[in-house]
Amino acid sequence: MKPEDGSIRAAKPLSRSRAKRGAAAAVWYLVATSVALFALLPFFWMIGTSLKSRGALLAIPIQWIPEAPTFDAYRAVFALIPFGRAIVNSLIVAAATTLITLASSSMAAYAFAKLGTKATDRLFGLYLATMMIPMQVTVIPLFILLSKLRLIGTFGGLLLPSVFNAFAVFMLRQQFLSLPDAYIDAAVIDGAGQGRVFAQIVLPMCAPVIATLVVITFMGAWNDYFWPLVVLMDKAKMTLTLALNQLNGQYSTRYNTLMAGSLISMLPILALYASAQKYFQTGLQLGGIKG
Amino acid sequence: MAHMKRASAWITLLFLAPSLIGLVAFSVLPMAASLALGLTQWDGLSAVSFSTMREQWVGLGNYAALLGDSEFWRVLKNTCYFIVLYLPLILLASVFVALLLDSKRRLIGVYRVMYYIPVLSSWVAGALVWKWVLSPDYGMLNDLLGRIGIQGPGWLQDRSWAMPGIVLASVWKDMGYFGLILLGGLQGINPSYYESADIEGASWAQKAFRITLPLLSPAIFFVLIICVINSFQLFPQVMVMTATNGQPPGGPLGSTQVMVERIYTYAFKYYKMGFASAWSWLLFVIILFFTMLQLKLQKRWVNYEA
Repeated sequence: MKPEDGSIRAAKPLSRSRAKRGAAAAVWYLVATSVALFALLPFFWMIGTSLKSRGALLAIPIQWIPEAPTFDAYRAVFALIPFGRAIVNSLIVAAATTLITLASSSMAAYAFAKLGTKATDRLFGLYLATMMIPMQVTVIPLFILLSKLRLIGTFGGLLLPSVFNAFAVFMLRQQFLSLPDAYIDAAVIDGAGQGRVFAQIVLPMCAPVIATLVVITFMGAWNDYFWPLVVLMDKAKMTLTLALNQLNGQYSTRYNTLMAGSLISMLPILALYASAQKYFQTGLQLGGIKG
Repeated sequence: MAHMKRASAWITLLFLAPSLIGLVAFSVLPMAASLALGLTQWDGLSAVSFSTMREQWVGLGNYAALLGDSEFWRVLKNTCYFIVLYLPLILLASVFVALLLDSKRRLIGVYRVMYYIPVLSSWVAGALVWKWVLSPDYGMLNDLLGRIGIQGPGWLQDRSWAMPGIVLASVWKDMGYFGLILLGGLQGINPSYYESADIEGASWAQKAFRITLPLLSPAIFFVLIICVINSFQLFPQVMVMTATNGQPPGGPLGSTQVMVERIYTYAFKYYKMGFASAWSWLLFVIILFFTMLQLKLQKRWVNYEA
């Protein structure tokens, strides 16, 4: 830890080490701010562009800050395509995907972690194996299957595959494994059924990892592009990413409108991230390293 | 199994059922079907039955056609070109981000959030803003380059600069994600190593190359594996950044056509579903090969001792 580090340095002459430390801090903030500029300048550019008129887009020299800011682009994005509808669609799709994934995966994870036998352990190996298969391999038969079921072009078709999510099962199983068996066995001896044990003991005890998974799943569904692109065709059912994609196809030079739409599409995720940040940091690292 | 029997097999199955049905219906069966489809010329229109499958059976014909066609090799080369540019840059950038964030300075939380914002945005939004950042005449980047006296290239409109432009956007988008994963690895290093190095008077470079890098190598290895897999599946960047004025994505002149973009186009634009299925299996084999190769090579540089 750092305190010891400090005490070693304190042994040196005080004024020299203080100046050295001041210089090190200055360099750190300079470098860290440059990296932050690389990360954020495109968003600054996005916001500036979204407030420009169409004429100002092509002004030379370019205007980093619009000289005559206007909300025209924000009005246009709702006028050119059913953007409001797309926001609602994305909310429905992301919420339902999260609900389905969490419900199905937490049940399966509990069975794998606490009810399992040798046979289920082997089955879990199959889950891990499917994580290696790229989505492009299964997408064509999945498309055929859903069109046989007349589910292409519906939210049902978009949502149904989320009932199986190997990554979520894996992450939850690891968490459930760390729960002490004693809690579960005590409840079983007291006569509680497995349904009650699961809902009233296991899930509440794993609230942090479930919250993390909610954020990851919601964000994944909100930002997903490939699968909605395959399943949804109808304008009225478009999610936000598809709406932006269509806007890009039809009005590819109206960057003020494209940027306004992009900015709006990011806001819910930023809000979700801000409100769940504490869980999110540890959760993504956990999911990353162990996934 | 050490624990007591808590539930009957039926109860266990009940818990597993929704996910298990999904596994079979949406993963295992489609995989088998895809393998079979890859051996046919199915066009996405005629009925799916054994008789049509038999009529349109081409055996390994799709694979032979793919491997004998210059398009496949050209697209594979484009994909590899992306990886060759992207991998060193993303590794450097994310190690750099992790080292920066492994600090207890004031505002560190603010910096961490700032680095993470590109990760939170969708690829569509990120690709749209980069398409505009890279606009040759009206974009932010060439304006910045112009200020320091560099005449910026045509980026996405220039066949030799389009892929580097996509790489730049990808590094920007992924840097925070992998940086935070590596930060987790850095913070897992036992501080006593640095303390004893300090006592022995080790230099900054000695600490970096003798302690930090070896002990971080498992996390770097993980990032490398994920990066290679993701790179072969490169898709939304290309679809959004290179589709302009009604032109199909992958341009200019096919210079940014990559594996998944081709699979999508053949399957859902040309309805050559059999051909696209075969292509997707080749993609899987390539990914598997590179993953296995890395698993084999890791013994030479990944340090699991600490």
